[in-house]
Amino acid sequence: MTESLVSETAERLFADLATPKVVTAAEAGTWPEELWTAVTEAGFLDALGGEGSGALDSLGDAVDVLRAAGRHAVPLPIAETILARWLAGRAGLAPPDGPLALAVDGPEDRVELRRTGADWQLSGAARRVPWGRNARGVVVSTDAAVALVAPVSPEKPQGKNLAGEPRDDVTLDVRLEARSVADAPAGAGASAVYRLGALFRAAQMAGALEEALQLAVTYAGDRVQFGRPIGKFQAIQQQLAIAAEQVAAAGVAVASAVAAAGAGDLAFAAASAKLRVGEAAGKVCDIVHQVHGAIGFTHEHRLHQLTRRLWSWRDEFGVESAWALELGRLMASQGADGIWPFLAQR
Amino acid sequence: MLERYVATEEMLVAGAPVAAHWIADRQSGPLLLRFGTEEQRLEFLPRIASGECYFCIGMSEPDSGSDLASIRTRAEKVEGGFRLNGRKVWTSHAHRSDYAITICRTSPADGDRHAGLSQFIVDLKAKGVTIRPIPNLAGNLDFNEVTFDDVFLPENRLVGKEGAGWQQVTSELAFERSGPERFVSTFRLLVEFARRIGANPDPRAAEALGRFTAHLWTLRRMSLSIAGMLQAGEMPNLEAALVKDLGNAFEREIPELVRLLAPRGSRGGGNDRFEETLAEAVLHAPSFTLRGGTREILRGIIARGLGLR
Repeated sequence: MTESLVSETAERLFADLATPKVVTAAEAGTWPEELWTAVTEAGFLDALGGEGSGALDSLGDAVDVLRAAGRHAVPLPIAETILARWLAGRAGLAPPDGPLALAVDGPEDRVELRRTGADWQLSGAARRVPWGRNARGVVVSTDAAVALVAPVSPEKPQGKNLAGEPRDDVTLDVRLEARSVADAPAGAGASAVYRLGALFRAAQMAGALEEALQLAVTYAGDRVQFGRPIGKFQAIQQQLAIAAEQVAAAGVAVASAVAAAGAGDLAFAAASAKLRVGEAAGKVCDIVHQVHGAIGFTHEHRLHQLTRRLWSWRDEFGVESAWALELGRLMASQGADGIWPFLAQR
Repeated sequence: MLERYVATEEMLVAGAPVAAHWIADRQSGPLLLRFGTEEQRLEFLPRIASGECYFCIGMSEPDSGSDLASIRTRAEKVEGGFRLNGRKVWTSHAHRSDYAITICRTSPADGDRHAGLSQFIVDLKAKGVTIRPIPNLAGNLDFNEVTFDDVFLPENRLVGKEGAGWQQVTSELAFERSGPERFVSTFRLLVEFARRIGANPDPRAAEALGRFTAHLWTLRRMSLSIAGMLQAGEMPNLEAALVKDLGNAFEREIPELVRLLAPRGSRGGGNDRFEETLAEAVLHAPSFTLRGGTREILRGIIARGLGLR
């Protein structure tokens, strides 16, 4: 596989600026301003295209950025902001600069936009919104409409995920002027946006998985017990081989979803990718921690910056079982003899 | 390569009887294309392509399974060719095949145990070849013991270079390990499971079907990308090992899960497609992770790829 230019640029930027120290500080509550500025200036936030952009032509670039971000446990709402900027831009709304939050009407949250005379009434709530407290605006996605909402104050107490990333509950009861609301662009209703979110999390996870495996392989080569590196023992080799298989499957699932979305079949592919990568995350975290032994369970070691994110991200934008249920119903509706023809086209 | 992929995959998932011709088409043909003489290509390839000539592979021996380099079957130089002696086991479809691509020692392993091995096209109807089927646990006759007792091999049946057998065999592995047959062995059971649970399955059954679908989609994308690499002349042995091990685990998991989730009706009586397909899958599952490289050997290859050995 050839590495894209975007991928290389992102990798270099994150390696320089998203150091374990910066990640630790962010988890303690310090917004990583220098990193955010660099991400903004590199143009990553418009990786999917901003104002006036077309469908999903540059999905691969966005996924490359997020995969690199996952590799470095980047503690920023890059996925959310890319998605929010793309959606608002396509709807003809001009989002503010800075980090954005996303509220999607769907399986996790209920948000509703109702017309009241010349204005709109937004009602509902979004739970566990990434960096809700830092967001300069909230982009709301329903099946029919997109709305741009001013920053909202999160409910107290503010929350966080297992990786110490801000996750804030917000109530969305606001009257909006007509100029803040637009029709949902073709192919960008809430269900598509939610799926893109799932694919973005899968991309972040694919990156974090690569790095977690690399850490474990390196550690197995360095750590000596019984007179040799533990990586020389078959018991360790076989476990790391299983982890490598899962990491490879995760990478292929994400890359294939990008290709499928380009061919106009995002729904199936994003669901499959999130499910497959989420499953890989559980297995790989188990193995890389076992290989690292006690040092991997310390706060001092960097491994947890990746594994705590993997445990968090696999639960966001749909857990494996939720996507499995949806895919299963879809396949059941094809009829037993329709399963293969359906798959062979994908 | 990709054309073959499409055709064979469709046959496999339809449950078509493909075994007899499988090895010649997947492996022996490409081997002769790569290492064979012009004479060998002209003699065998048209017959393989038209489905008139079946091959099997003589690799494992009674004392050599995963440790292939330890084989003892040997070919000695004689006037006009070689004389072959030894014994192969677990040779699938030898009793139905015309030829066996057989790996044997042509010179002793002095220091380098991978040296001194050679591949031959052995005519299974030749004098001195004895084929004895070995019934498997399902009661089927698929694999065999093949004994070579002073079998004469004409010089022109040597494949590639004398002594280069190990390198040549290794180059076949990506063909052998990356195809759809490594993850669709129990696909028919998944289809019968879907038929049994119907259009409105209960949530647990639906979840299992959905999860298997996502796994199958991913495996297929991995396998197709390897087919693309093979087409481009690359030798993706590590990637192939990954796909085979993941694929085998997938095809073994299908019977283990659907037996718990499908409504189970008749037991023992005939005419129940689900139960029949399930029984077939359960009985054959142990072979998936043995044939074509055990999972332990595959994981060893992957560990080497990771730089651990």
